[in-house]
Amino acid sequence: MTQALATPGAPPASQSDRPGALPAMIFLVLALVPAVAAVGPESYVLGLFTRVMVFAIAALALDFICGYGGLVSFGHAAFVGIGAYAVAILGTHGITDMLVSLPVALLASAIFAYLTGTVCLRTKSVYFIMITLAFGQMAYFIAGSLAPYGGDDGLTVKMRSTLFGFPLLQNDRVLYYFVLLCLLVAYFVFRAVVYSRFGRVFRGARENPTRMATLGFDIFRFQRVGYVIAGAVGGLSGFLLANATEFVSPAFMSWQRSGELIIMVLFGGLGTLHGAIIGAAAYLLTEEVLGGFTEQWKLIFGPLLVIVVLFARGGLLGLACSIRGRLSRD
Amino acid sequence: MLLINDLHKKFGGLIVTDGVTLDIAPGELHAVIGPNGAGKTTLINQISGLIAPTAGTISFNGVDVTDMPANQRAGLGLARSFQITSVLPGFSALENVALAVQARAGTSYRFFGRADRDQAINDSANAALAEVGLAERGRIAAAHLSHGEKRALELAIALAMGPKLLLLDEPMAGTGREESERLIGVLRRLKGRFSMLLVEHDMNAVFALADRISVLTYGRILASGAPDKVRADPKVVAAYLGEEME
Amino acid sequence: MALFIVQILNGLQLGVLLFLVAAGLTLVFGVMNFINLAHGVQYMLGAYLAVMFYTITGSSLLAVLLALLTALGFGLFLEFAIFRNLYDRDHLEQVIATFGIILFLNQAVKTVWGAAPLTLPIPEFFTGSIVLMPGLLYPVWRLVIIASGLAVGLLLYVVVGHTRVGMLVRAGATNARMVSALGVDIRRLFMIVFGFGTMLAAFAGAMIAPILSVEPGMGDTVLILAFVVIVIGGIGSIRGAFLAALLIGLVDTLGRSFAIDIMRLVMPPSPARTVGPAIASMLIYVLMALVLYFRPAGLFPVRGR
Repeated sequence: MTQALATPGAPPASQSDRPGALPAMIFLVLALVPAVAAVGPESYVLGLFTRVMVFAIAALALDFICGYGGLVSFGHAAFVGIGAYAVAILGTHGITDMLVSLPVALLASAIFAYLTGTVCLRTKSVYFIMITLAFGQMAYFIAGSLAPYGGDDGLTVKMRSTLFGFPLLQNDRVLYYFVLLCLLVAYFVFRAVVYSRFGRVFRGARENPTRMATLGFDIFRFQRVGYVIAGAVGGLSGFLLANATEFVSPAFMSWQRSGELIIMVLFGGLGTLHGAIIGAAAYLLTEEVLGGFTEQWKLIFGPLLVIVVLFARGGLLGLACSIRGRLSRD
Repeated sequence: MLLINDLHKKFGGLIVTDGVTLDIAPGELHAVIGPNGAGKTTLINQISGLIAPTAGTISFNGVDVTDMPANQRAGLGLARSFQITSVLPGFSALENVALAVQARAGTSYRFFGRADRDQAINDSANAALAEVGLAERGRIAAAHLSHGEKRALELAIALAMGPKLLLLDEPMAGTGREESERLIGVLRRLKGRFSMLLVEHDMNAVFALADRISVLTYGRILASGAPDKVRADPKVVAAYLGEEME
Repeated sequence: MALFIVQILNGLQLGVLLFLVAAGLTLVFGVMNFINLAHGVQYMLGAYLAVMFYTITGSSLLAVLLALLTALGFGLFLEFAIFRNLYDRDHLEQVIATFGIILFLNQAVKTVWGAAPLTLPIPEFFTGSIVLMPGLLYPVWRLVIIASGLAVGLLLYVVVGHTRVGMLVRAGATNARMVSALGVDIRRLFMIVFGFGTMLAAFAGAMIAPILSVEPGMGDTVLILAFVVIVIGGIGSIRGAFLAALLIGLVDTLGRSFAIDIMRLVMPPSPARTVGPAIASMLIYVLMALVLYFRPAGLFPVRGR
């Protein structure tokens, strides 16, 4: 579980890079999307990029535990689903204010992360992957059994979250910038945590757990805290997803969704944070473009994944690095 | 300081530790020697808490630590180095040591503020690096250090933990003559500051440093005492030193 | 009582089916340290190929044989063209690449054979049901599936336990580096193991095709269940996979048939009808979480990973 998971192409997790030009560019582009969208099919573009950012937040959280903590979770979609259901369920009871629903969403997924993490973190490597999958599936089936809240069919979110009763997110542009703000906050929180004292221990546990124990660290506790942070941010993503799609369903928590999140993180390059945003965008936009191009986009997308793995180690960022390296050598 | 009483360890049918009783006095450097497979590393693993003994007790400064997990023993002041270099390869040498400082300081649940710009921690870490002669190499990733430097880094990490007892599992393993001379020098300087348990094959190092020597064969203590006494012990010469010293 | 016995038999039938898929998965994982998500599509392919060859030849036996051979050929092609390059990669990369293959093949199957479910008739000789005991009729074909699954289990037991290849497989699962150090052609061993696993999955697909609708994506559900099986059993352990498969088959089947009744004992009928099925679907995952909590490396750990 330790070195085996370090993607060879990715820069070492401890490399202390400042917030570089690339993340700044990513956020600049995202900030400009609504302006550009205004000249085209606005609501379509806004909706698409809102979705990209929502999943980028979930992917960031996954990259944090996966790329820095070495904890490959195959049940990450459960946190997203719990956050989304918190919004929808509170909504059916007439509670739409985000001052209530946002903390509930974060807290519910954090508690789920704490409880499942206590069990999951006893296991290692592929067993960890599978036990997180098991808990993800449990959440999926529980959601499907919530008959008063739509069961398998899911549940419509009648009204987007309000703030002090004011329908703040009703406007798609406002929602877009709200999601962007959340993405920014999540990104900078994770950056800070990764390079903090806590983050140092968390990263160290990935590299050599035995050494960390003999240094005096109870790595189980550190990993559980990291897992809870990632779970809460997954819940944030779910909160936003429910607002963006105005609908929740058990499918949000299916193992395929968890798999997609892993792919996003790998697409962008493990252990880079901004790579997770690029990965989410690359995945969802590729899906969208190929899907618009042909009904059978999976015939192209599937082999594309294989090619990325075989020839682009370290994800898209790694690919970019190796191309740049090759060019500068010539 | 450290009291080991009638320690036993079995792996399946294999007896690796067979009734070891041993003590280390404050400030003492106690060397454990013995042929390969005598159970030296297993003994250290039991003292540091990575392996649970089958029977017997270990007490440290009057506290029974037999069933205590490794991380808590470290908190009591039990530090160790590994025979097979066990550093964090992706971390810089400085960060490896800084982690040990941080562990001792007990300030690891801080989520904001860059750990690598913490002056107090970096100063202590640099001091430990300087102690083993790695002052100039702090920024290099541990994976890129030479073998000898990694051995020194192991030692620096253990030092930074502020140990009361240092368990050294073959600190000179695989180093050249020059490197091991240097490491012997480092250990000699450290001697007396805290207790040490030294497992080592390099007899020059052992006889140059040890206050007391215990000889371990087949999981048992064959002899124990001052270096001169052990060197002269016919049992020891027959079983072990005879071939090694020639 | 009769219902209970029928459900036990159904559970056994699901169990041996899972075993056929899981056996290949656990060997490939254990020996090559390779997570092959695409193992489930081999099962789907087995079913589709059986249907296709049946419509061509009109013979059930020929259809199964040809399906096995074609699936074997295809599996070896995948091994040669793609998987070979993934063995020394880390698990995450293996997961992504093989996930890509799943996407492709599910879609390809839809393109070639259509999205509508296909059916395969039960071979004439095995149609109908027999009376197992007074008041208990059971379909012959399901008994055939159980019997052939048990036969494969026995075969594997003999092969893995008592042949040279089996010895290498066991050694490989314990310490792959050592085996290659012994001068064994590890590539060939991998190919044999992989081909064999592929064939077993395809066999499972072909056998189940007559009682299940053959449709795109049918491999995904089985894949996840098979993973649950090998993780509970202990990765690399055939014995563990066998016992875990039967356990999962029984727990899942019995849970689904009796969950509502059991829930009724502790709550009113109406909530019992909603809670029951949910608990039934979760049961195997709860079981897996429990097993891993108490035995973090499965019931029959082969080596510490």
